[in-house]
Amino acid sequence: MKYGVNGQGYYGDFGGAYIPEMLYPNVEELRQQYLTIINDDEFKAEFNQLLKDYVGRPSPLYHAKRYSEKYGANIFLKREDLNHTGSHKINNAIGQILLAKRLGKKRIIAETGAGQHGVATATVCALMGIECVVYMGEVDMERQAPNVSRMKMLGAKVVPATSGSKTLKDATNEALRDWIGNPVDTHYIIGSVVGPYPYPDMVARFQSIISEETKKQLLEHTGNELPQYVMACVGGGSNAMGMFYHFLDDESVKLVAVEAAGKGVDSGHSAATTFLGREGVLHGSRTILMQTDDGQVVEPYSISAGLDYPGIGPQHAHLFKINRAQYVSVTDDEALQAGLLCSQMEGIIPAIESAHAIAYLEKMKFKPNDNVVICLSGRGDKDLDTYIKYFGY
Amino acid sequence: MNRLNQLFNTKKDNLLSIYYTAGYPELNTTLDIAEALERAGVDFLEVGFPYSDPVADGPTIQHSSEKALEAGMTLNLLFEQLADLRKRVTIPILLMGYANPMIQYGVERFCKKAAVVGVDGVIVPDLPMYEYETLYADFFKANGLSNIFLVTPQTSEERIRKIDELSNSFIYLLSSSSITGGNLQVSVNIEDYYKRIKAMQLKNPAIIGFGISDNKSFSKACEYASGAIVGSAFVKLLGTEGYLEKIPGFIEAIRPY
Repeated sequence: MKYGVNGQGYYGDFGGAYIPEMLYPNVEELRQQYLTIINDDEFKAEFNQLLKDYVGRPSPLYHAKRYSEKYGANIFLKREDLNHTGSHKINNAIGQILLAKRLGKKRIIAETGAGQHGVATATVCALMGIECVVYMGEVDMERQAPNVSRMKMLGAKVVPATSGSKTLKDATNEALRDWIGNPVDTHYIIGSVVGPYPYPDMVARFQSIISEETKKQLLEHTGNELPQYVMACVGGGSNAMGMFYHFLDDESVKLVAVEAAGKGVDSGHSAATTFLGREGVLHGSRTILMQTDDGQVVEPYSISAGLDYPGIGPQHAHLFKINRAQYVSVTDDEALQAGLLCSQMEGIIPAIESAHAIAYLEKMKFKPNDNVVICLSGRGDKDLDTYIKYFGY
Repeated sequence: MNRLNQLFNTKKDNLLSIYYTAGYPELNTTLDIAEALERAGVDFLEVGFPYSDPVADGPTIQHSSEKALEAGMTLNLLFEQLADLRKRVTIPILLMGYANPMIQYGVERFCKKAAVVGVDGVIVPDLPMYEYETLYADFFKANGLSNIFLVTPQTSEERIRKIDELSNSFIYLLSSSSITGGNLQVSVNIEDYYKRIKAMQLKNPAIIGFGISDNKSFSKACEYASGAIVGSAFVKLLGTEGYLEKIPGFIEAIRPY
């Protein structure tokens, strides 16, 4: 793949494995084994079976007719919100739990922002009967309370991250610290295309099912497997990478990644990483991150807990730098309005994360026959409180 | 040959090193603390430059880093503070911190500046061997700086050999795979690990760190290595009233000989 990872774990200038020695044996074990394991026929069969029977894949590609009329193009929604547990996160969680089993691991840790990855991880741990500990920022535990209860009901232990901004980046720090202290029996299921190599590549591969299905479904809908545009929201960037993956080498397909501008890119309360960030190292990889001149990580802001992250995956940093994908942003207000519009025009309440991708439709200029796919990465149940407070229902 | 090499050539055992975070508990006492530690008999120092996301650190050093950053500590300021270093302190000094602040400062610029103020070595736990070798080693060498690598009980023999080859002062041996501020674990496995390292007859001396907090753990570490590093326990002391006056007593208690 032209835009794939090289042998040292880099995408152009980005990637690598900037980890302390304490994590080296674990990460090296993964690096040596992940491709062999996930390319193994038995693994593939088990993975595909679970995606089909347990997750409910393939997820539909829905031709949103009222949207299409409004925006003057054929708008398709890739319905990852219909997956078991309510988002695309389950795809990666299933892949990694099967991998962890084959590595002989007895304990799973994970970080979560919105709680979707935490719920997905707690779910697959319940499915496999493996101990599960999820780190979640204290602030996020409050704004995504239903997901905290879900994880607990699924048998996971939820540990609040109380350092720093008490959100996703700090939950990730705590999970990494846990892994340092438990180097032999524990596997860390990272939820996004971030972290040290091989995580960004491994998670992208597990999420690539999204674009693999989309191509086939588009062919059925339109007679052409290639659309003009593919759009997705980006925090760390796992749903976007899964949505882009099989379109990367099709240069005619325009890729649009939507970041969270929070209260506005220049407001000081934003998570628009490519606008506000510079190259550096975060959570084990060289990437683009929001930071001070002194190299301290800046605490991001977005109303959406799943996009409230100061970095992006290294492959995204690469696609941004070489202009293979376009990185744009929408504000809290725009996303929430888009969430309401989607509810009332298409009968789908999207996660606020996914609403960011949909919101950008307002700013696009399409030709009448353009085919546009948007990844509807998650459902909005977890965000009802936020929607209700904002709109006063 | 820098001050670190001279130290290791002349003193082979019971070496005591202290880590502290620059800018904690007060912004401008970095050199006062260094001076007090030298006077108390400490053999070499590790001065931490704080980072917002210190994944290898436990709560004590996380807290000191957060406070130092709040007070306004930056690499620029630290190098300003260290301008008088060699007028006041003669023992070897290492800077310790994370890759991102160093990369933002510019690694070559960082190395030059460190050499100018009289720093002898650098410890960056999240700077991997591959990136060090391919991108940065020349800057370290050109400025006479030692780069220190960490080794844990899980590090393979092959990798330890490679680390030994790339090192030119000492190897930082972790008592267990842990973040800072834990307790020294001595079990049969750990004894085997220390013996295994000893039997490898590495060219660099080993210094044990992480989990060394008192005389008992210091003495135990010195049975297996040339010395030990105390970090979190000292940073805790810095958080108390009148910390400068307490330094001699603290060092005496850890190494009463």
